Amino acid sequence: MAKTIIPIGPYHPLQEEPEFFILTVEGEKVVDIDVHIGYNHRGIEKLSETKTFDQSTFVIERICGICSTSHPFAYTRAVEDIIPIEVPERAKYIRTIIAEGERIHSHLLWLGLAGHFLGYDTVFMWTWKLREEILDVMEILTGNRNNYAMFKPGGVRRDIKSEDIPVVIKKIDSIVPTLEMLKKAVIDDPVIHARTKGIGVLSKEDAINYCALGPTARASGVARDVRKNSPYGAYDKVEWDMIVTHNGDVFDKLVVRVLEVFESIKIIKNCFLNLPGGEIDANIKDIPPGEGIGHIEAPRGECFHYVRSDGTNRPVRHKVRAPTFMNLPTYKATVIGEDISDATIILAAIDPCYCCTERMTVCNIKRKKIYSGKDLIKLSREKTKILRNKMGVK
Amino acid sequence: MIYIFYFLFYGFFLTAIIGLLASWIDRKVTARIQYRVGPPLLQPLIDIVKLLGKETLIPAGSSKITFLMAPIIGLASVILVSTLLWINNINPAKSFLGDLIVVLYFLVIPSVSIIMGGFASRNPLASLGASREMKLVLSYELPFILAMLVTVIKSGFTFRLGEILAFQAQNGALVRSWSGVLALIVAIICMQAKLALVPFDIPEAETEISGGVLIEYSGSGLAIYKLMKNMLLFTLPFFLIIVFIGGLRFDGIHLLYGVLKYISLVALMTVIRNTNPRVRIDQVVKFFWGPMTIIAIIAVVLALLGR
Repeated sequence: MAKTIIPIGPYHPLQEEPEFFILTVEGEKVVDIDVHIGYNHRGIEKLSETKTFDQSTFVIERICGICSTSHPFAYTRAVEDIIPIEVPERAKYIRTIIAEGERIHSHLLWLGLAGHFLGYDTVFMWTWKLREEILDVMEILTGNRNNYAMFKPGGVRRDIKSEDIPVVIKKIDSIVPTLEMLKKAVIDDPVIHARTKGIGVLSKEDAINYCALGPTARASGVARDVRKNSPYGAYDKVEWDMIVTHNGDVFDKLVVRVLEVFESIKIIKNCFLNLPGGEIDANIKDIPPGEGIGHIEAPRGECFHYVRSDGTNRPVRHKVRAPTFMNLPTYKATVIGEDISDATIILAAIDPCYCCTERMTVCNIKRKKIYSGKDLIKLSREKTKILRNKMGVK
Repeated sequence: MIYIFYFLFYGFFLTAIIGLLASWIDRKVTARIQYRVGPPLLQPLIDIVKLLGKETLIPAGSSKITFLMAPIIGLASVILVSTLLWINNINPAKSFLGDLIVVLYFLVIPSVSIIMGGFASRNPLASLGASREMKLVLSYELPFILAMLVTVIKSGFTFRLGEILAFQAQNGALVRSWSGVLALIVAIICMQAKLALVPFDIPEAETEISGGVLIEYSGSGLAIYKLMKNMLLFTLPFFLIIVFIGGLRFDGIHLLYGVLKYISLVALMTVIRNTNPRVRIDQVVKFFWGPMTIIAIIAVVLALLGR
């Protein structure tokens, strides 16, 4: 049978971000894929190395708009690992609350998008409406709907007011009935079963071999969660369960995410219940030379930061590894042999976040010359000169 | 002369106006279900007028004439079908023998025109969409024609729409019998597939193949396709109303009933499309050739038994 090339991207209605997947298709079956990434590279690691430790928090918060807490969280933990210093209890709880709020809104966002990819736009709109409530909660707690700017090495920047807590709990409780209904509508829908069960199966062996993380791994039966395996924040002080399912198909990934939303609500409420008093900041003065790592469980999996300090007020090396970096290769294991109509939902099932992932880009060395920034400025100036001469401007 | 009037006024203008209105109702109800505001009343018309004023791009290497003719053929067939249906409904005596079969044939041509346009545009995604549309047509035509057979059997083996209407005027709508109900259910689901609405919007599937068959269309070609789809949104329910629910009448209280019949069919379509995700093409073929065909055959058997 003749092979056809079906491109997904670089710009595609499926994706919010530019990425390029070349699918080789026989009839409607995918036989091979080729992944081209690197459209979203912004040089954030380098940028972070030019800023002070405090400023870096804000730069790396802007790596990603959806998991904008996970990066600062991991980064601050890496910096605290250099000193090393223990964060005050209250700050730990506040950090946990913010991180879980982000998990809820990220999972709801994913659920809506998954519905949209399946052509179920009602789910899309409903979940995003629910997500608004969570964003309101985050606005009450932090002052921002996204990019909360709550984190700093040594603690948090802003305290939670005690009069806000009942309002927030009431708001969170108010979404639970709709969420329950949505859970039933999605998990019990026979057509969703037909579309997602047995589709894009990632076996347990593959999940381990590809080092899959987060919900992608947990759906395949790999009980891997930083919050349980190496607890940080207040996760070892409140009660919650790790959601693990065993089939590894798209449906199980959906179930894991939906159930995790309920766990997150449980964690937030428990945190508010046990919120200790006291300081929220350890008041770090100097960062000694050394290196530190920080890893936390982002909504998509383990987010890992490495920071090296030489005793000045700037990091000399800052390395970011986002969960999608590990999850994206599993796409190759899951999509080959599947239908072209399922290719997009299988890709969406790992909840890819490319702006988190792209930490480097590869130059095409086949070109005659590679221009550096200085060369480009020089070229630009020369061209401007020519143009000015042509137009007679002095 | 009177036929040209029928053709232009009823077949084109009235069908287009009601179709655009129905498309607005569909979009508005969908929006309200999804907590959105929804478009203003004239939005479907504005969309089409705007598209007519845009540049029509013809992809390089495509079959130019086929690419441009496909939407016109589709639109023409829809106008013709709706003219036939209107004539039948207004003046049942004017119908000719076998117009039911003619209507069934012409209702396939919009799908055929979409397949033609998709293949002519020489885009891999459009070809994929066109091949899906082809499979879709193959799958839903069988139960659809079986459902129509129920009407033919019930109304005394007539192939004239006028006689079917006259039979229903005397003996009550066909949907009042068991076989009629089953056939109507099958026909409504087939209609959903004919209109390529969710769960059967597989040929277009914007998140899978980014618009599929229509991906290369722009300007007036796209406008004509949109108009064709909006007109089908009137023509198909109208056909089902004639065949199963006793047609539309324009005297007194019957006009209200007619409007209610039509609105409830459109509302049903909107509800189906908002409470289901998209299915896969192999599942569609299994669905239509399996359960749907079986239900249709049961309906035919019941009709033969006189139920």
